[in-house]
Amino acid sequence: MEQVIHRKLSKSILRLGLIFLLAFTTSLSAQDGDPAKGKSLFNANCAACHQLDKKMTGPALRNFETRLADEQGLDRKWITDWIHNSSGMIKSGDAYANKIYNEYNKVAMTAFPQLSDQDISDILAYTAEEKAAPPVPDAGVGAQANTNSGNGISNEIILGALAILFILLAAGLYVVNKTLRRFAAAQNIELPEETKRTPLWKAFVKNQFLMLVVAIFFLLTSAFFVYGYFMQIGVDQGYQPVQPIHFSHKIHAGDNGIDCKYCHSSARVSKTSGIPSLNVCMNCHKSIYEYKGETSPEYSKEFYDGEIKKLYAAAGWDDAAQKYTGETQPVKWVRIHNLPDFVYFNHSQHVSVAGVECQTCHGPIQEMEVVEQFSPLTMGWCIDCHRTTNVNVKDNAYYTKIHEELSKKYGVEELTVAQMGGLECGKCHY
Amino acid sequence: MSSNKKYWKSVEELNEKSSIVETLKQNEFVEQIPTDEFLGDKDLLDATSTTRRDFLKFVGFSTAAASLAACEGPVVKSIPYVVQPEEIIPGVANYYATTIADGFDFASVLVKTREGRPIKIENNTMATTNGGANARVNASVLGLYDSLRVQGPTKDGKSISWSAFDAEINQKLTDLKGAGKAIVLLTQTFASPSTSKLISEFKEKYGNVSHVVYDAVSESSALDAYQAKYGERGLANYDFSKVMTIVSVGADFLGDWQGGGFDSGYSKNRIPQNGKMSRHIQFESNMSLTGANADKRVPLTPSQQKLALAKLYSYVVGGSVSGNLPEAIDKAVKNAASELKKAGSDAVVVTGIQDVNAQTVALEINAFLNSKAFDASAPIKTRQGNDKEVMTLIADMKAGNVGAIIMSGVNPLYTLPNASDFAEGLKKTELSIAFSLKADETASETQYIAAAPHYLESWGDVVIKKGHYALMQPTIRPLFNTRQFQEALLKWNGNDMSYHEYIKEAWGSTILGESSFNQALHDGIYVGTIATETVDTASSSSTVEETVETPSTNAANLLASSAKSTGFELSLYTKVGMGDGQQANNPWLQEFPDPITRVSWDNYLTVSRADAEELGLENWHVANGGLNGSYAKVTVNGTSITAPVMIQPGQAKGSVGLALGYGKTKGLKEEMQTGVNAYALYHNFNSVQNVTIEKAVGEHEFASVQLHNTLMGRGDIIRETSLMIFSTYDKEDEEYGWNKIPKVSLNHQETPVTSPDVDLWEEFDRTIGHHFNLSIDLNACTGCGACVIACHAENNVPVVGKTEVRRSRDMHWLRIDRYYSSETSFEGDNTKKEDISGLGSSLSEFAEMEHASENPQVAFQPIMCQHCNHAPCETVCPVAATSHGRQGQNHMAYNRCVGTRYCANNCPYKVRRFNWFLYVGNDEFDYHMNDDLGRMVLNPDVVVRSRGVMEKCSMCIQKTQKTILDAKRDGRLIKDGEFHTACSAACNNGAMVFGDINDKTSKVAKLKEDHRMYHLLESVGTKPNVIYQTKVRNTTEV
Repeated sequence: MEQVIHRKLSKSILRLGLIFLLAFTTSLSAQDGDPAKGKSLFNANCAACHQLDKKMTGPALRNFETRLADEQGLDRKWITDWIHNSSGMIKSGDAYANKIYNEYNKVAMTAFPQLSDQDISDILAYTAEEKAAPPVPDAGVGAQANTNSGNGISNEIILGALAILFILLAAGLYVVNKTLRRFAAAQNIELPEETKRTPLWKAFVKNQFLMLVVAIFFLLTSAFFVYGYFMQIGVDQGYQPVQPIHFSHKIHAGDNGIDCKYCHSSARVSKTSGIPSLNVCMNCHKSIYEYKGETSPEYSKEFYDGEIKKLYAAAGWDDAAQKYTGETQPVKWVRIHNLPDFVYFNHSQHVSVAGVECQTCHGPIQEMEVVEQFSPLTMGWCIDCHRTTNVNVKDNAYYTKIHEELSKKYGVEELTVAQMGGLECGKCHY
Repeated sequence: MSSNKKYWKSVEELNEKSSIVETLKQNEFVEQIPTDEFLGDKDLLDATSTTRRDFLKFVGFSTAAASLAACEGPVVKSIPYVVQPEEIIPGVANYYATTIADGFDFASVLVKTREGRPIKIENNTMATTNGGANARVNASVLGLYDSLRVQGPTKDGKSISWSAFDAEINQKLTDLKGAGKAIVLLTQTFASPSTSKLISEFKEKYGNVSHVVYDAVSESSALDAYQAKYGERGLANYDFSKVMTIVSVGADFLGDWQGGGFDSGYSKNRIPQNGKMSRHIQFESNMSLTGANADKRVPLTPSQQKLALAKLYSYVVGGSVSGNLPEAIDKAVKNAASELKKAGSDAVVVTGIQDVNAQTVALEINAFLNSKAFDASAPIKTRQGNDKEVMTLIADMKAGNVGAIIMSGVNPLYTLPNASDFAEGLKKTELSIAFSLKADETASETQYIAAAPHYLESWGDVVIKKGHYALMQPTIRPLFNTRQFQEALLKWNGNDMSYHEYIKEAWGSTILGESSFNQALHDGIYVGTIATETVDTASSSSTVEETVETPSTNAANLLASSAKSTGFELSLYTKVGMGDGQQANNPWLQEFPDPITRVSWDNYLTVSRADAEELGLENWHVANGGLNGSYAKVTVNGTSITAPVMIQPGQAKGSVGLALGYGKTKGLKEEMQTGVNAYALYHNFNSVQNVTIEKAVGEHEFASVQLHNTLMGRGDIIRETSLMIFSTYDKEDEEYGWNKIPKVSLNHQETPVTSPDVDLWEEFDRTIGHHFNLSIDLNACTGCGACVIACHAENNVPVVGKTEVRRSRDMHWLRIDRYYSSETSFEGDNTKKEDISGLGSSLSEFAEMEHASENPQVAFQPIMCQHCNHAPCETVCPVAATSHGRQGQNHMAYNRCVGTRYCANNCPYKVRRFNWFLYVGNDEFDYHMNDDLGRMVLNPDVVVRSRGVMEKCSMCIQKTQKTILDAKRDGRLIKDGEFHTACSAACNNGAMVFGDINDKTSKVAKLKEDHRMYHLLESVGTKPNVIYQTKVRNTTEV
């Protein structure tokens, strides 16, 4: 399982690396191995236990060839032997091999006899690369902010000018009106008397038909709103609580393309999809201790790294010593999808038998930085789907006979879930 | 207890002369409460504008506002595992094979666990050794979540740590060893090879140690008789499936006789095949489950039983026995003897008389007949108690000869008739320890309570029969700070092993041979070679009684001569629901109605009608529908108890019965402290006592779930016939037809009700997909009630308590109706009803038919929702909360129900139950659903119903749906036998068969076409999906 993930991870890292390489090709020409090839080999074979700049299950490997040569006087041959058969070297009593063996909890390195000398020199070339400078903060974001604020100011100016203009106009009209009246008074011109009419509201009240219509309208509108209010009670569509650890489905399921069922494995066989236990997280996060992907002002690298630290605290993983402390702190996730107790819903029926994609009900999870409830999870919503979805009978011996008979009875090619009995009360309520 | 500890609240209190302390002693409050200030000011009170009514309005408004604001949903937290155990998938049940061995019930079971919580006990179908799980075993899972369990070790009522406990006990044991004082282990029957080994190691280490095994309900005489004859302490092992004629003298072998578990073998031959079925004759005094199932039942007093058994011996084996039986009984004994002789080795005789001679005589008759049912090579080991040793122990304790007593699994202060002697002796011991689940009568009197784990948290091994082993394994991590007896023994023996390792080692070296321990653990059972004999440490010092050494003819004569009685004879018995009373704090069992009397939450004195009339004892119904009864004072040798009276049809005149296991006072909730303690009358461990009875004042309120006891001649409810008619005539025969389809008149033509012409409804085509049917064979059903408890556990059925049951608000989804005949047979009832003519006759004769006969025929009929295809309940529901599924199940959508109860009124079978209250988290119903611990037993796949909704049997739709889903996931068809309901899975007797009738090869499809098949109230035309099989009795008298 671990392997799968690393391959996937490594692919994306590889892609990034290639771009990186294209930009800095000149600096590599001096090496005898190919660092680009070395990197892919490193990621495929070594990255599970080694990092370039950080001690993990095995030692940090940046420039280790030079370091070995300088400090221990060991040459390329020693390295090749070690990679091909580390346990053999330990047994043979090689001093440094045993030192390393004892230092790293007496776990011998996996032997890689399949790596050729060329492969090893590629890897060594990769490890000999200089550490890349920390990425310059993206200037684009700031620039965009500037243009945004520029637009805002100009809009405000226009609006302000218009408002002033309007005020001036109103003041002007008032002055004109006042002057004219004064003129009229001075000239003794009678201004026509305004006849007193019934105020509009009184006429309105007196008109019983209108009142009735308005009352009915009022009642209907309020009924509409009251109904709407009652219908949304307990419907938490869009519910997006803050979780104790900011777990980004976008990064995991989206950017890294991890299959939903890798973590939510019980969805295949159980009624619940299951919140992955922390040991599942640690399968990958033992070696992924920092975030290297895209960031945004809201979610910085430091923020994500902090969340990984939270995971370590919860799982009781001491990253520095690379071992579990045993002090765990179970995570209290906030449950998002809550079906009432009187509904029986089974994930495996939908995921394994029907082959429904997770996204059908849970929405574009792979794009959600923070997960929200995508569907209303109301009975109407369930029923609508059961009415329109065909039963997945392909290669399922259970359905062969019943589907044949039922589809003949209903005169259809393919049966919907409803025709199969998926609308019966007792299928979900017991 | 003397202690000079002083508890203080502030430093001032330490100063004896402090003025502050003195002042505070006088005043309750530090400062005066200014009550006068606002109540004394009359002007202000008058001036204030808020009246009481306004105040209430404000309160009402603010409550309404607060509740409206509370419409916001709550925030639900989900906490996953940190490291998820490999075998646990949330939402998927795991099953573990284990064994219950609580000293009374021994059975191999499967435990269903969800997310690590055991939630249900099921039968281990691999274990054929000792029957299956009875009602008590099914209910035992609730004992794990008992809120009154002892949660850690205590000393003199205060909790201490295990390390302190170990240090103190080790010290004391060493001291006692040094002083040469006796150390006594008083335990239940463990029947455990590893425990025996541990105890012998303990004996080696501490020298003066004796092990006394004590069974609360003794089988000592049977053990003595077997030991005398076969040289090994055990109980005769009978397999009733191998014989066709069974004569029982006072043995309730369908109940708890000699450990129970004989019912599945018995039921196999009760189903008529090729015109043959077993013949069962029962001689007994109390109406027992066994007597109720017998073809012929002869009521007679316990002393007459002795004589009858002696006579039976003389008629079968030979020899003469003095003494005279009433003529009718003597004739019955002669008939039984001739049937036995005719059947030869196809017959068996069993007896429940607690007398060594009686047990010897029964063994002799079986040996003479060479009975196939009797396997002398593999005796039952689940009872090993020795009465004499217990008696000696009590005498020793009283004399102060016992230094330490260590008890496990026993409660002598509750179960001994001379409990006060034991209590006195207990005070004289220097060290007393009780390994106990509860602070019960005994544990609360000992110095130390060693909190013991439930069997679902323990390791263990059991030899149920010689050579038939079973393993006990924990199915949950201990809920509390507990330690089992065996672990403590290991510690005291200075062994660092865990008991698990110890068992594994012991099994590896002695029992398993080449077989794998893990396989045995997986199966829960291991059947080895008979040769491996475990050292029986308990009986090593017992002396064999001299009477059993006499030749058996003498035994019969001795038996006959001992058959004397004065006054009434009391037979103490155990109820299917309560057993020896260990599980008295189990609300499921308390509410479980006794199969015979149908009374829950009580024990009572069963009296025959004739005796009751003589003594002026009565039962009567009161206005609210409840059953009341008078009290009677029962006296044995000066000990007397007052018990309510239940008039029991079939009770032999001159005999009375009383159930053990009730009347506990400690370690259980107040609601469960029901009934009277009959152990007080259990003198000399003899279940038969001569008693005097007189009426006592007062009236008792029973909680009975069935108030009408006879069928009133409505033979179509329980169809039954005799074997002769069944095998001779067609079911539709004009005159002797025994399973006729009812007919109605259509255009003056007799038309069967099954015909579509007389149907109100259009028939729905159910031939596609699954169509579930449940078949109940009234011949195989013994009425044991395991299904009732299994249904409770599976479907989260609430317990409502005694007062609610009395109001007929019991919630059992599945009930087992019991009917008595008012004539000598049900056939007689039918004839009598048919012959009634005219008003006078119908008034008097129907009234007569309300009373059961002196010795009635009894029939059991399990009734649950019949899942009618044309269901009357569905058509009257105003909100369509109940509807029909294509698979034949009648669905009930609780969230849709508004509680009009029209459906219950329209149901002809009265199987719908209404939630009058909220039974969860309600202090008024303080049973398991009222605390977090007890709620752990709830099945997460079934809704817990709320107040105001109707509920009923769902035909375990959650189980059928799961089976279907599993098949869909695997992409395969479902085989017959995969579908189960909780009741059909719990039925050991094969009476309940569930399956898909559209699968024409299935067992249930064949049963539906069987001649014996009928529907309950066929004439109503409801077309139920539950089918019954006509009861056939092997009688010649019709």
